[in-house]
Amino acid sequence: MSFTLLAVQTLNGLQLGILLFLIAAGLTLVFGVMDFINLAHGVQYMLGAYLAVAAFQFTGGFWSALPLALLAALACGLLLEVLVFRRLYDRDHLDQVLATFGVIIFLNELVKVVWGAAPLSVPLPLYLDWSVPLTDTLSYPVYRIALIVAGLLVAVLLYGLVTRTRIGMLVRAGASDAEMVAALGVNIRRLFMLVFGFGAMLAGFAGILAAPIFSVEPGMGDNLLILAFVVIVIGGIGSIRGAFVSALIIGLVDTLGRSFATDIARLALPPSAANDVGPALASMLIYILMAVVLFVRPSGLFPVSSK
Amino acid sequence: MKRILSALAVSTIAGTATLFAGVLPAAAEGLKIGFLATLSGPPAVLGQHMRDGFLLAVEQADGKLGGVETEVIVVDDELKPDAALTKVQGLIERDKVDMLAGVVFSNVMMAVYKPIIQSETIFVGANAGPSPIAGKGCSPYFFSAAYQNDQNHEVMGRYAANQGYEKVVVMAPNYQAGKDAIAGFKRHYTGTIVEEIYTKLGQLDFSAELARISEEKPNALFTFMPGGMGVNLVKQYDQSGLKESIPFLSTFTVDETTLPATKDMGVGLYSGAEWAADLDTAANKKFVADFEAAYGYAPSLYAAQGYDAARLIGGAVEMNGGIEDKAALIKALEAAPFESVRGDFSFNTNHFPIQDFYLVKAVKSGEGKYTTSIVEKVFDDFGDAYAGSCKM
Repeated sequence: MSFTLLAVQTLNGLQLGILLFLIAAGLTLVFGVMDFINLAHGVQYMLGAYLAVAAFQFTGGFWSALPLALLAALACGLLLEVLVFRRLYDRDHLDQVLATFGVIIFLNELVKVVWGAAPLSVPLPLYLDWSVPLTDTLSYPVYRIALIVAGLLVAVLLYGLVTRTRIGMLVRAGASDAEMVAALGVNIRRLFMLVFGFGAMLAGFAGILAAPIFSVEPGMGDNLLILAFVVIVIGGIGSIRGAFVSALIIGLVDTLGRSFATDIARLALPPSAANDVGPALASMLIYILMAVVLFVRPSGLFPVSSK
Repeated sequence: MKRILSALAVSTIAGTATLFAGVLPAAAEGLKIGFLATLSGPPAVLGQHMRDGFLLAVEQADGKLGGVETEVIVVDDELKPDAALTKVQGLIERDKVDMLAGVVFSNVMMAVYKPIIQSETIFVGANAGPSPIAGKGCSPYFFSAAYQNDQNHEVMGRYAANQGYEKVVVMAPNYQAGKDAIAGFKRHYTGTIVEEIYTKLGQLDFSAELARISEEKPNALFTFMPGGMGVNLVKQYDQSGLKESIPFLSTFTVDETTLPATKDMGVGLYSGAEWAADLDTAANKKFVADFEAAYGYAPSLYAAQGYDAARLIGGAVEMNGGIEDKAALIKALEAAPFESVRGDFSFNTNHFPIQDFYLVKAVKSGEGKYTTSIVEKVFDDFGDAYAGSCKM
């Protein structure tokens, strides 16, 4: 367990955290502001990745594909809002879960019909397709570092947007008490649509960033959706700051846990048992963390005062 | 608080989205085959290859396998053992199929195995070959046109031993097939396994594991990462620079189902297989050409196995002169009266094939086209390790 290994794993953890943050940010806003459970948020991440593939095939370059795919992701989010989600805001959570679950199934099948079941990919973008050598055998792709930087920029931008602008103020007010905001004469429907489209675009952005390093396949968002829910529960529903901090915590705990759980288990157990216990423990870690956080702070780390 | 409870409930049920799809053409007198394959969810591409291979062989026989009018009912097992069980019972009792075929995954195979052999329906497997069925639990009604699960892993173990690799890191997902893969690798490997890494099933990011591997500086990496996991691993293996220094030995990770996604990043990586696109037999040349013409994509070993399964049925039905006498039909199947795309092919005492196994390598075989290519033969006329404990 050398220093470089620890450093690399920390970078990896940050990178997973950033990706989770981009997905969780939209989820926590939609959940917090509109009290709307959107299971289909993970699918929007998948759509982002597929749109990146399509835009890449169309333009032939990652950089020109990026804005195109972002706009398309935004358009898809708005379209879904108008067609489906708008009708669900006033229904209870169970209806929302059922309907958005249906959207997952529909879109997972749709991408299979359009792009086929086989996994697809996007090559690394120009200027970022090289690696920094770390040891004599291992090098770290610059793209992954760029991904962390891009995520941090978005986080700063989002924080400024939420805390410093009028729209952000309305969003925060909506998270505390949507009815009162509406009573004050704010077009809450339009605010919802805006928040929703923006959230979808962020998830799509995560998908676009993920396309060059992960395989683009149907159902790729489903696993991340579960993690994103863990993130927003730990962070406090409706809190961007909470989503950011807890996404980074989850990313680090999951990555470091995966790489060192077996070693730690070996200190106490014989090697064969440690081989069984380590990976099992590693995949449980974040849920144990969630249980502990909920026990100590039932509304999450950064609770938004709510009704 | 209510929100948090909802979120918790949601996170436990999410991620189980799958669909069911079925094809039910009109009934016909003649041979009715129920074909079970995983056609939804992320691994659907494997089922798609297998089904397309099977249907190609039926089509080449003008819809008459062995001269008998053939109807194929394709059913999606959704990769859920319980759903597969219900559908197989439907095929046997409602549709009254004469034979069953297909099945990609071993957990599905184990779930449907009992009802199939209890109803005395002949089954011709086109992929999954779990060890219980090859050993003590073998049945005269079960035939595999593919391989026994351990064998491809054994190929890589033997190859690593032949190469004199002293230190190897092995990595597989933390579930039964992953553990079987590593057990299979160990059977013929004589060096030291310096690290056994078990990853979460469906894991996306392997950077943590890759950092560990580079730390160990092994002579080679052996891995079994089917489907999308393999695509992620191959991409990240290439991007981390490990591809240049540590040979990548794999099974079911680098093949024609994943190469369209990994493209150049997969080129040069090794795999253990009983089939490759450039296997030099007349039947294989025709198969590869016809498959690409019919479906517009390159076939994989799953497609080859599906194709052989249908042609095995065709050959046996023709030899037997029909399907009425089941005992005679089983005898005919045992003789394997067909020309396999793999060349040498005969049945062992446990109805699993005795065949050759190869080290194959991913190559770029044309503009934007990637296939597997044979490097060397590792096992000749190779049977599995369980046939001895099978008493029929």
